[in-house]
Amino acid sequence: MKSAVITFPGSNREGDVIRALHHASGVAPMKIWHQDHTLPHGTDLVVLPGGFSYGDYLRCGAIASRAPVMDAVRAHAAKGGLVLGICNGFQILVESGLLPGVLMRNAGLKFICKMQHLKVGRTDTPFTSAYTKDQIIKVAIAHGEGNYVADPDTITALESEGRVAFRYCDAEGDTIKGNPNGSINAIAGIYSEKLNVLGMMPHPENLIETLVGGIDGRGLFASVTAFKGAA
Amino acid sequence: MKARVTVTLKNGVLDPQGKAIEGALKSFNLHGVESVRQGKVFDIELAITDKAEAETLLKAAAEKLLANLVVENYRIEILG
Repeated sequence: MKSAVITFPGSNREGDVIRALHHASGVAPMKIWHQDHTLPHGTDLVVLPGGFSYGDYLRCGAIASRAPVMDAVRAHAAKGGLVLGICNGFQILVESGLLPGVLMRNAGLKFICKMQHLKVGRTDTPFTSAYTKDQIIKVAIAHGEGNYVADPDTITALESEGRVAFRYCDAEGDTIKGNPNGSINAIAGIYSEKLNVLGMMPHPENLIETLVGGIDGRGLFASVTAFKGAA
Repeated sequence: MKARVTVTLKNGVLDPQGKAIEGALKSFNLHGVESVRQGKVFDIELAITDKAEAETLLKAAAEKLLANLVVENYRIEILG
């Protein structure tokens, strides 16, 4: 699997996701700069990592979503290529129009940095095949603007089309008690219509070693690796 | 030519920052404050003198970048 990780000014999780992808696939991802106009030939997966692109100025992800490389990312997504946006990457995806809705300030107004349980949605996607449906995993969250909001029609479409990838929950799977930031329906991550674009606020790339708290994030990287390995 | 673009949240969109500011104002015993919605103001200097042309340019700026039309409205004022 050929993956490419894009760095914007202010990205800070690119090293973590590069390590996670390298660990899962055995192949080092290519590093792409935001001012590049093209992706390397044969790229299967593009990753927009977490961080604070452009200092979160204007709105989180707003300026990065207009960067030159994003036209190439849109074209990649349009032809069915995989795109993964994590945290600030998710914010960039909604600002760029690749995913619907918006990520507002957390309902409690605080930046939240903690371990968080998630409930996995469907597992017939390129990103979740290594998990089981409704599996509860523990990963990290670290964001101030992760409160997912969309109009009622969009929420209805996401729910009816099975496009909620992950929901926040507590250790018992309760999505109401376990919702940290006020997101509608405890939405932590969503897919595009064709399930080839995934945006999520939590950080699976930080949970791939028992040394630093667990390996529940490995499943996502194993899934994308297996998907292209099988293709 | 100077212009101002004001970006505000659409009605019905939860505004936690506005709520927090509202709570703070009420805590000062400033009676009569009913609610607060927070927004952004952009003061823009233009190298254009034609008003219609300026409005077209500012509309493009607002819709391409300054406002996220999913949750925000914008208003353009030409200040002269």
